[in-house]
Amino acid sequence: MIDRRYIGHSFPAFQVEVEKGRLRFFAKAIGETNPIYFDEKAAHAAGHRALLVPPTFLFCLEMEAPDPAAIRNLLGLDYRRLLHGEQGFVYNAPVYAGDTLTFEQRIEDIYDKKNGALEFVLRKTKVSNQHQQWVADLRTVTVMRNA
Amino acid sequence: MTASLLIAAQVQVGDKLPPLELPPVSRHTLALYCGASGDHNPIHVDIDFARNEAKVSDVFAHGMLSMAWLGRLLTQWVPQAQLREYSVRFAAITQVGERITCAGEVTEKFERDGQTCARLTLTTTNDQGQVKLAGDAVITLA
Repeated sequence: MIDRRYIGHSFPAFQVEVEKGRLRFFAKAIGETNPIYFDEKAAHAAGHRALLVPPTFLFCLEMEAPDPAAIRNLLGLDYRRLLHGEQGFVYNAPVYAGDTLTFEQRIEDIYDKKNGALEFVLRKTKVSNQHQQWVADLRTVTVMRNA
Repeated sequence: MTASLLIAAQVQVGDKLPPLELPPVSRHTLALYCGASGDHNPIHVDIDFARNEAKVSDVFAHGMLSMAWLGRLLTQWVPQAQLREYSVRFAAITQVGERITCAGEVTEKFERDGQTCARLTLTTTNDQGQVKLAGDAVITLA
């Protein structure tokens, strides 16, 4: 069983720079056809100051943590038995190429179902930009299969 | 395609978003997504790992790739600046070769903080109609 005393645990904040080359690569990988996500001229013409970060890319940026395994290691999770159960985003302000984001991760809850056969870790991450403006929250449910 | 600002009068409960139909999931797409997303879990790209370590018969798609496709469904319909909340539950694994369709429907219009909002339900499904991702989104309307 995952130790419940980690409910409420916060991780050290970390910064990630949003690189435009990465955004173009991501747009290609997901088959994006809207040029505001990969063509700076189109982004400017649409009133954006740079390439716009698409809705789910904040999750990718969160994985740029200095130690992406920090949470797994803290909780003793075996990544071969982990599933991504749910993912959510709340958006407050746009994020662009060139921004530097700060991620603050916190374990909100740990619970189980089916007599412990499945355990769930709910993580919330607050994201702010270089102007100390809150831009988004991420909500991630990771499922550990114990059975 | 760049979406135009959506105003409240244009959006009604029951409206369906223009669906987004993807080509069959290829290993090439999974390799590109592995690199671009930074999710380097070998289960999505390395069939030797899948068979020998994870004991599954083949690699399978990243859940977040499907969530990105649903994001495209949203932002081809409404400017991203109007997107306030977006969440999904990963209900079933998307396999190599499956042809995925992204769909969305307006299920509610409501007022919040003095703004008119719409709630959408979202799904990705395969050709047999099996739901892979189920989610919802909240947008603000001008």
